Amino acid sequence: MSASLAFLGRPQRRFGLRGYLVCLNGIVWRESLRFLHQRERFVSALVRPLVWLFIFAAGFRQTLGVSIIPPYETYVLYDVYITPGLMAMIQLFNGMQSSLSLVYDREMGSMRMLLTSPAPRWFLLTSKLLAGVAVSILQVYAYLVVAYFWDIEPPTFWGYLTVLPALLLSGLMLGALGMVLSSLIRQLENFAGVMNFVIFPMFFASSALYPLWKVQEGSPWLATVCWLNPFTHAVELIRFAFYGKVEPLSLAVVVGCTIAFLAAAIVAYDPARGMLMRRGG
Amino acid sequence: MIAADENEASGGYRRNWDARKGDPPQMNVRPLPKATEAVPPALAVERVSHSYGPRKALDDVSFTVAPATFTVLLGLNGAGKSTLFSIITHLYASKAGAVSIFGHDVARDSGAALAELGVVFQPRTLDPDLTIEQNMLYIAALHGIGPGHARPRLRELIARVGLADRLHERVRFLSGGQSRRVEIARSLLHAPRLILLDEPTAGLDVKARADILKLVRGLVAQDGVGVLWTTHLVDEVKPDDSVVVLHKGRVLAADTAGVIMEARGAASIGAAFAKLTGADRDEEGQS
Repeated sequence: MSASLAFLGRPQRRFGLRGYLVCLNGIVWRESLRFLHQRERFVSALVRPLVWLFIFAAGFRQTLGVSIIPPYETYVLYDVYITPGLMAMIQLFNGMQSSLSLVYDREMGSMRMLLTSPAPRWFLLTSKLLAGVAVSILQVYAYLVVAYFWDIEPPTFWGYLTVLPALLLSGLMLGALGMVLSSLIRQLENFAGVMNFVIFPMFFASSALYPLWKVQEGSPWLATVCWLNPFTHAVELIRFAFYGKVEPLSLAVVVGCTIAFLAAAIVAYDPARGMLMRRGG
Repeated sequence: MIAADENEASGGYRRNWDARKGDPPQMNVRPLPKATEAVPPALAVERVSHSYGPRKALDDVSFTVAPATFTVLLGLNGAGKSTLFSIITHLYASKAGAVSIFGHDVARDSGAALAELGVVFQPRTLDPDLTIEQNMLYIAALHGIGPGHARPRLRELIARVGLADRLHERVRFLSGGQSRRVEIARSLLHAPRLILLDEPTAGLDVKARADILKLVRGLVAQDGVGVLWTTHLVDEVKPDDSVVVLHKGRVLAADTAGVIMEARGAASIGAAFAKLTGADRDEEGQS
C-alpha cells in the first residue's frame, strides 16, 4: 500500500433519495445476476408449471369440467382454469427459494454484509424482497409466453398488463412469508421441512387446482381451510386481474397479509428483538 | 456530509474535497487535530453485556479504539469475540451497555455509525459466482455509491491489494489469501475511518498471513485508518499494539502489549496472555 487513501473522500453519513435508489438498484441487480448464473434454477422454475400444464392439466381436461364462475363468462378448459394457479405457484416456489437463499446468505455471511449497510433495515429487507419479486415476475412472463402457444391467453392483450400489479402484490406476500420463514430456520438442512409443511399444503389447499365450490361438495371443512389460505386469495387476485377485473376480497387479504408478513420479517431481523439475537446469528 | 472541521479533528487524514466531484488533489498532508477539539474514539465499547438465554456471552465489556491505531482483540475461541462483533456491526443489539463509532451510537444512530465502519467477517462473504468488480459494486451500492463513482474507487483499491489483473475474474478462482485481500479492499470502498477484521488470517498459509497483516498495518500507518483486529494468534501482536484481552466474555486487560507484558512480568505477549487467562496454570497442572 503505497499511495494514500485520500482519493476515497469522506464517508457518506446520510442517505439521500439517490442513495436509496442506488441501494435498491444494487440489491435487485445482484439478485438478477445470481439468477442468471443459476440457469438450472430458471429452467426448473419454468419446467415445473409447464409439467403441470402439459401433463396434469391435459390429463384432467376430460374428467374435470369447470362451470361458469367469475371471472369467466363461458365454460373454460381446465388448463385455462389452472393457469393463474400455476402463475401463483411460480411465485410461491420463488418466494421459498428466496427464503432458502436468505438462510444460505446468513450461513455464508453475505446476509451480514447486507445488514452492515447504513440504510435502514426495513429498507434493506424490502429491497431484497422486491428483488425476489422482480425475478418471480420474469419467470411468470416466461411461462405465459410458452402458455400462449398452448392457446392459453387472456381475453384481450391488456390482460398481460393488468395482471402485473396482481403479480407484484402476490409476489410481495409470498416473498415476505418466505422471509419470515427464513428467520425461523436455523440451518439450511431444515429447509426440507418448509417444502412439506408450507409449500405443498399451501398449494394443494387452495383454489389453484380446483374451484372452491367443487371442494365444498367433497369436504366443507377443507373448503373452509382453502378459503382461509392466503394463497387462495393470491390465485384469485391473479385470476381476476388476468381478465382485467379486481376481486376486492382477495385484494384486501393479499394486501393485509403482505403488510403482516413484512412487519413480522422486519421484527424478526430487528437487531434488538429479532430471532437472530436469540439464536446467536 | 460532515463538516470540514469535524472531519479533520476526528482523524486528520481526510481531504476536504468531495470525492464525487472531480479529481482529488494529490497532496498528502495530515493536519493535526486542534487542541481544543475533543476527538471521539474510533470505537467505544461501554459496559456491554449480552447473553443467549442463561448463557452469558459478554460481561460488562469496556474498551476503546483510538483513531488511526491498530488494536488487537485477543481471545480464545468462545471468548465472546464474535458476539461482540455482531453487536458492533449492529447485527443485533446488546442487552446492556452502548457501542459508539466516532461518537455515533450504533443502536440509536446506526446509519451514521455504520457509514464510518468497514467490516471483514471471518466467513468468506464474497459471492463466488460474481467477479471481483461485481462483488465490489454490490457493496458500494449498499453504501449508496453508484457504479459511476464506485468503479474508479474499486479499481484503485484492487490495484493496491495487488489484484488489478483479476478484476473481472470470478471470486471462485481466487485463493484464500487473495479473497481476503479483496474483502479488505471492499471494506474500504465507502471511505470508513474504522475497519473491523474478525480473524482475517484464519485458514491462511504463513505468507498469506504476513501479506494481510502488512497490508492492514499499512492502512493504519499510512492512511490513518483505525483497526480492530480479532485473533487468537499471539504472534500477530507487536509490542506497541493496543491489546484487549477478552476471556470468557470479560475484559482481563486493555493496554499496549508492552505494558501488559510488563505488568504480568512476562517475556512475551503469549506468556502474558497465558498468565491472564490461567492457561499457564492449566499447563502446569497437566504436566
